Amino acid sequence: MKVKEQVKNLQPEACEAPNMQESKEGLLKYLIIGILFGTVFVKAEIISWFRIQEMFRLQSFFMYGVIGSAIAVGALSIQLIKRFKIKSLKGDEIKIPKKEFRKGQVIGGLIFGLGWAVTGACPGPLFAQIGSGFTVVLVTLLSAIAGTWVYGKFSDKLPN
Amino acid sequence: MEQLIAWISQPWPWYVAGPLIGLTVPVLLLVGNKSFGISSSLRHVCAMCVPANIPFFTYNWKKEMWNIIFVLGVLVGGFLATTFLSNPDTIVVAESTQADLAALGITDYSKLMPAEIFNWENLFTAKGLLFFVIGGFMVGFGTRYAGGCTSGHAIMGISSLQWPSLVATIFFMIGGFLMTHVLLGPLMKLVGF
Repeated sequence: MKVKEQVKNLQPEACEAPNMQESKEGLLKYLIIGILFGTVFVKAEIISWFRIQEMFRLQSFFMYGVIGSAIAVGALSIQLIKRFKIKSLKGDEIKIPKKEFRKGQVIGGLIFGLGWAVTGACPGPLFAQIGSGFTVVLVTLLSAIAGTWVYGKFSDKLPN
Repeated sequence: MEQLIAWISQPWPWYVAGPLIGLTVPVLLLVGNKSFGISSSLRHVCAMCVPANIPFFTYNWKKEMWNIIFVLGVLVGGFLATTFLSNPDTIVVAESTQADLAALGITDYSKLMPAEIFNWENLFTAKGLLFFVIGGFMVGFGTRYAGGCTSGHAIMGISSLQWPSLVATIFFMIGGFLMTHVLLGPLMKLVGF
């Protein structure tokens, strides 16, 4: 075990290390987690355009409760993982990439917020809406992919 | 069993849904050391399909395949939940919201999404341009520019106590308030509602 750890330490710290390519079988678990996640989205009606309208009109506590309690549970789990140095199932140390501040979080954040109130969906619910039978949202998704592409194309020319 | 399905088929309250969504954070970390985030999948699709020699899209997307599989799962989950666990009653929306939306011409609550907006007939109209094309574009462009969406910033980022994610989330909300309270009414009038 110790030797294994030492060998690991000798390897260069590649920034891509935590996201190793997975085998087909390895990918199946993400499909299952995704299915459960999509089920929650639909069953709690988070995918609904109406819920997002209620949220931005401050007329319902529902979405604030969802996002707030999700953050609380996420934060508590990360603290537990850190405190007890819990390793991933493969035995490697849990790594959380650091987010650097950029102007994009302000400008891009604002643009996303505008779009969120129009489509009634952040990227996750977009997929769940399509699965729920609102097939026209495929167009929204394609347009979101196009928006991502345009950002990538001009990213070095935008203030950052 | 039938009772169980009837019970699950009710709309889930926020204190069930929120913690379940929050649990995605440790589950992804523990299962494969993956950081929860959804908008990145859109970038991976670009890298996979139309990288066009743009540096932002030339990376080994195969390593990020898990993210694409995850969002496919979200789509499948949406289908399964709607098909097998669908709530027989119509969605309950705050009365004040219903009143506000009626003023904008939205009155159909038979589905989770307003039928007046989300239908294929609207595709090649000004309504479709606003709600699908422009709306979707802003979601994709904005999330990538911000480096994440509600999942990557608001949930994963704030959970891991990263202040840039809090800044991003605040601006998501400002954008949403601005659209809802200032721009949406005039824009909807403009496209024919």
